[in-house]
Amino acid sequence: MADVLERVSKIVVDRLGVDASEVKPEASFKEDLGADSLDVVELVMELEDEFDMEISDEDAEKITTVGDVVNYINSHNK
Amino acid sequence: MLNLSLEDRTYVVMGVANKRSIAWGIARSLASAGARLVFTYAGERLEKNVKDLAETLERKDHLVLPCDITNDEEIKTAFEKIHAEVGPIHGIAHCIAFANTDELKGEYLNTTRDGFLLAHNISSYSLTAVVKEARQYMTEGGSIVTMTYLGGERVVQNYNVMGVAKAALDASVKYLANDVGKDGIRVNAISAGPIRTLAAKGIGDFNSILKEIEEKSPLRRTTTPEEVGDTALFLMSDLSRGITGEIIHVDSGYNILGN
Repeated sequence: MADVLERVSKIVVDRLGVDASEVKPEASFKEDLGADSLDVVELVMELEDEFDMEISDEDAEKITTVGDVVNYINSHNK
Repeated sequence: MLNLSLEDRTYVVMGVANKRSIAWGIARSLASAGARLVFTYAGERLEKNVKDLAETLERKDHLVLPCDITNDEEIKTAFEKIHAEVGPIHGIAHCIAFANTDELKGEYLNTTRDGFLLAHNISSYSLTAVVKEARQYMTEGGSIVTMTYLGGERVVQNYNVMGVAKAALDASVKYLANDVGKDGIRVNAISAGPIRTLAAKGIGDFNSILKEIEEKSPLRRTTTPEEVGDTALFLMSDLSRGITGEIIHVDSGYNILGN
């Protein structure tokens, strides 16, 4: 299984059309990666599929950076 | 003998946002029957999505163009362009709805006047506006299909103002069907079970709505875009030539339950 950050990064690059080098743990989806609110919903759906998990509305609202996603997946995918 | 190929027909699919869209499910079903497709999208952010998806189809003579359905002039121009390019239109899949996400949770009573009008404008009136323009180009008869939902017939938690807009859409289907029936044009709606689309994700606690269908619907599974697409294909084809003003539930049978 590929590293979680790597898998997340691939989805983010694919969805937002940003360069892989920009996808760092501290990068904010909206502020640094140019995502709008629909992009964020699409990302959440892609992540749910990729990691076969469910991200609740409340949890999704708390996710703002790439690092938040990786942490969320690591703590829910055991 | 009945010819089920749609090779000589052109269908306009309105409302593809991404690969999960119900509209895309309908497009794929129509494409599988050989139809020529025209896609309309709202807003530049969707243009690339729609173009990329359309490119994956076998037939390459599709058309992709913008159409903001809140703007009568834009609808007029879009259909003029479509007609100039492809000739007669044989069907339209109207898969368009919108409401403010903060009005898709909690009590319906919290709906604002602006929110109410917005939801009805985009989700309900748009069908009438489209039929008004498209009718003149459906010279060989045709079939119009829109997407509705159980929340327009009964109370579904969090669906709120969108349910009220869907009720207006359902009634529009019947009135429109009566108006254009004499031109050989049919108008029907598909009431799809909840599907995990971008739009559906805006409805509060959508995942638990899906779980309920999986556990309780007669077929014990959620509805897929392919199932909706194939029903749309039926409604677009001559197999359904005697059906108009109808609402067909494609929802694993969920709507028959009492609870």
